[in-house]
Amino acid sequence: METAEQLRDRLQAQFPAAEIAVVPNPGPAAQHSLLLGAAHARAVALFLRDDPALALDYCSNVTGVDWLQAGYLEAVYHLFSMARPQGGPVVIRLRTGNRTDQVTLPSLTPVWRSCEFQEREAFDLFGIRFADHPDLRRILMWDEFVDHPMRKDYVEPDDYEWEPTAHHEVLAKARPPAPAPPSGPPEGTPP
Amino acid sequence: MSASAFPPPVPPGPQVRAVTDEFHGDLLEISMGPHHPSTHGVFRMQATLDGETVVKLKPVFGYLHRNHEKLGENTSYLGSMPYTDRLDYFCAMTNNWAYALSAEKLAGQAVPERAEYLRVILAELTRLLNHTCLAGFLLQDTGASGTPLMYAFREREKILDLFESLSGSRMMCNFQRFGGCRTDAPADWLARAGQLVDGYGAFLDEFEALITGNEILLARTQGVGRLSAALAVSAGVTGPMLRATGVAYDLRKVDGYGIYPRFDFRVPLGDHGDTYDRYMIRVLEMRESIKILHAALREIPAGPVMDPKAKLRGFRPKPGEAYGRIEGPKGEIGFYLISDGGANPYRYRVRPPSLVNLTILEDLCLGHTLADTVVILGSIDIVLGEVDR
Repeated sequence: METAEQLRDRLQAQFPAAEIAVVPNPGPAAQHSLLLGAAHARAVALFLRDDPALALDYCSNVTGVDWLQAGYLEAVYHLFSMARPQGGPVVIRLRTGNRTDQVTLPSLTPVWRSCEFQEREAFDLFGIRFADHPDLRRILMWDEFVDHPMRKDYVEPDDYEWEPTAHHEVLAKARPPAPAPPSGPPEGTPP
Repeated sequence: MSASAFPPPVPPGPQVRAVTDEFHGDLLEISMGPHHPSTHGVFRMQATLDGETVVKLKPVFGYLHRNHEKLGENTSYLGSMPYTDRLDYFCAMTNNWAYALSAEKLAGQAVPERAEYLRVILAELTRLLNHTCLAGFLLQDTGASGTPLMYAFREREKILDLFESLSGSRMMCNFQRFGGCRTDAPADWLARAGQLVDGYGAFLDEFEALITGNEILLARTQGVGRLSAALAVSAGVTGPMLRATGVAYDLRKVDGYGIYPRFDFRVPLGDHGDTYDRYMIRVLEMRESIKILHAALREIPAGPVMDPKAKLRGFRPKPGEAYGRIEGPKGEIGFYLISDGGANPYRYRVRPPSLVNLTILEDLCLGHTLADTVVILGSIDIVLGEVDR
């Protein structure tokens, strides 16, 4: 199995215009990943799948990551090979421009069918939009839901219906607010 | 699917509708589930039928969604361990192991020998339990009401009794820890497990005599829901479903995690990729599991089950990330963890085999009757606790 650096060099030779960088993983697992620019991501992914030495025909895991401090979202793909089962995973990452209006990434569902539901999940929970996805709908949340609950800054809406039960603190909360003290002159004073 | 494809795009509206194609007649859209006994939980199949034939089928799920991953990110690493039991509630032991393995990769934590053996024993018992129940449910789906499932559940009960006496809980075992297992298995527990494994082959013979050659089962499953190897690989299908198409990909062999390379077992492969192959692969896998269990129970060494350097409550891996996976009974169950050095994982992701295996449900069902979709769904082997998370 090639190291991430070797793979980066080989990909860069194949796609000179593409942005490809190694994201090192400092932990003991040492599963380094390749950061791909969105413009060439699908071409690179196709190459990874069809290259006979790699034959990464199996995309196991697709997920989103919300990097709140850095200000972007990431889609992470874990690739393995079933034709040449050895080592792995090869991890590729795609980054959005920001977390608000530039959240579109190319869908890799045309390359690996296993991305279909998992990209839908990343869209549903993280709000990453996958261009050219065949069926980009919410998958776990209901269709009318508006926000993306796996974002780090997600705030639960305060709209739960609740019904007071006979506990003191609940009843106290349920009691209508006390009427405001009367303003203006007291009754009976002549104008 | 282009807009001009047949059937024409479905307008939103009532569940049962007439479609405008005069030549083909009316299409019928029916919604099976979420409360249907054959959908194995709160799962819905939105099927469009031309007569009895399925021309479109969309799975709808999420009814059991509780954002497991968000909960995992808001609790400590160990705090998620009991919660992984609830993913695939048939296979708590393998879920625990997959999570423990990922966290051990993340932290570079070693596992003592005896714990590795215990993990293999528990995982293979889980495989027996899962596959036995699946065979029972599959027969239930074909209409053999009760009898096969009763025998399957009789055996499941024995395995659950073993889990209960070891972990204190029948299904929600919460047994693995980062760096070992929670408790040691006493000698009499191992002896009881050995007795169960000794008798399991005879049970399988009896079970197979009841169902494997059954004419109704053959008629309902052979050639039904054929999956090609190419589509299975592309769609990330794993586990017995993949191997029924003839692709030799078993993580116990490929990754050789734990101590699996020490055991001598074969990986059964199917030829047709149909529902019958998916059933047969599971029966054959159970026989291989029995072989592994015999060897593991014979060879298990004495020693500690917890690494002395392992930290449980103060588990704070260095910044980094890890993806760990094992061969669960339903397929590849993986956990992707990102640590920022804190006490909680920054990102906690479950790679659910049931969800990914569902990707090809529509491809398998097209052209079959609605009654066959029930059998096909049963042979995929989903658990909604894991699909919805």
